[in-house]
Amino acid sequence: MSARTVLHEADVSRALTRIAHEILESNRGAENLVLLGIPTRGVTLARRLAVLISEIAQTSVPAGALDVTLFRDDLAKHPTRSPHPTDIPAGGIDGKIVVLVDDVLFSGRSIRAALDALQSIGRPAIVRLAILVDRGHRELPIRPDFIGKNIPSARSERVNVRLVEDDRSEGVTIEA
Amino acid sequence: MRHLLDTRTLDKVTALRILDIAEDMSDTQSREVKKLPTLRGKTVVNLFFEDSTRTRISFEAAAKRLSADVINFAAKGSSVSKGESLKDTAQTLEAIGADAVVVRHPASGAPQTLATSGWISAGVVNAGDGTHEHPTQALLDAFTIRKRRFGADSRGRDLSGLRVVIVGDVLHSRVARSNVWLLTTLGADVTLVAPPTLVPQNVSLWPVRVVYDLDQALAEGPDAVMMLRIQLERMNAAYFPTEREYSRRWGLDALRLGGLPDGSIVMHPGPMNRGLEISSEAADSERSTVLEQVTNGVSIRMAVLYLLLAGERDEERGGDQ
Repeated sequence: MSARTVLHEADVSRALTRIAHEILESNRGAENLVLLGIPTRGVTLARRLAVLISEIAQTSVPAGALDVTLFRDDLAKHPTRSPHPTDIPAGGIDGKIVVLVDDVLFSGRSIRAALDALQSIGRPAIVRLAILVDRGHRELPIRPDFIGKNIPSARSERVNVRLVEDDRSEGVTIEA
Repeated sequence: MRHLLDTRTLDKVTALRILDIAEDMSDTQSREVKKLPTLRGKTVVNLFFEDSTRTRISFEAAAKRLSADVINFAAKGSSVSKGESLKDTAQTLEAIGADAVVVRHPASGAPQTLATSGWISAGVVNAGDGTHEHPTQALLDAFTIRKRRFGADSRGRDLSGLRVVIVGDVLHSRVARSNVWLLTTLGADVTLVAPPTLVPQNVSLWPVRVVYDLDQALAEGPDAVMMLRIQLERMNAAYFPTEREYSRRWGLDALRLGGLPDGSIVMHPGPMNRGLEISSEAADSERSTVLEQVTNGVSIRMAVLYLLLAGERDEERGGDQ
């Protein structure tokens, strides 16, 4: 069991700053943006990105949480998961540019579930996807728009994202 | 969770998990699209050997909101009235492919029998058995108390230090029994108020206090007053002289309602006998949670069906809670 660090604290922070700039660039500003994180670490990342974007664009960007548990297609393959709270910012998502935020993109099934969950809440104008780590092995035709880092991995390896708010330490490791 | 048969053996961690998942379910019910795909392809059978409209439609709504298929099996007018045994009925449901059976039965312990007999592999939810238990009612009552008390900050909280008074026909009430076990597990203090003839004999073994005078119990300023229905169909023996006398001594009238402290709530599992155990003033007041209880019932039943049906089936753990 050897864990190798692929992103240090400073790398995570640089990656998020770059993603914040990329989101603003592709959106031509912060107008109509809503960041929705997928629990648990995606929510933390969405909050951080919202702060970064708000600082750069000098306007406040709302961030929330979107739980996808009840929309998953693999519930029967795992012990029962407990859902997390969903928190949609006050302005809602209708007609907005929603950026989904998650820590690791793997099979793409969480994102598929997230698209279904979004649909039950409203109808965004555009949905984009921001990911801290893309580790490959997609099982669905889903592709991120903003990527912190591509980390080619073996299917059997584990990619662990730790964030100060959730784990009291920060960094991304890959374990055999 | 494999079955939900009672609240007596429900531990605090599991109880809080059900309540917290019900919070999430409740949140989804304010969305534009209320239906979730979670239990697509699962079949829930409502097996009702006793008349009940409210509980049945509540379970039906819960199952449908989670996209499960629902089959309603009412004993009246079915093969049961032709003398079919519980075993044969159960095996028929098994052959149909039921994943969960929600059962209401006049005999205490029927759901337990169904769950442990090996006749069926489906998960069993007790929707009221005889004078034994009605666990989802107690869960929705606890959820309602918590929600009124803590609002959006309810998740993860128990009911420590809250005082609940349960008034009425405790003797015949499975709702009272389920509430006694669940509310005390969650840390609440429970006081029962009833005419001496409607207090069960073994009540000294319960973790509660018994008071015969309603005004005395209300003077202590409880956080919740739960009125039980006087089940007129069970009142063939003379438990109290007249309905009027019952209403005067143990009914929640306008005067008693007015004496309650700010923030205390009035609960009733329904259907209400207005003018008997509860006055219209109390039933329609701001304190009344009667309709919230109905709404919360759907969320609680969604949470229970989710816990029974969504995860990986753990066959070797069969028979546990």
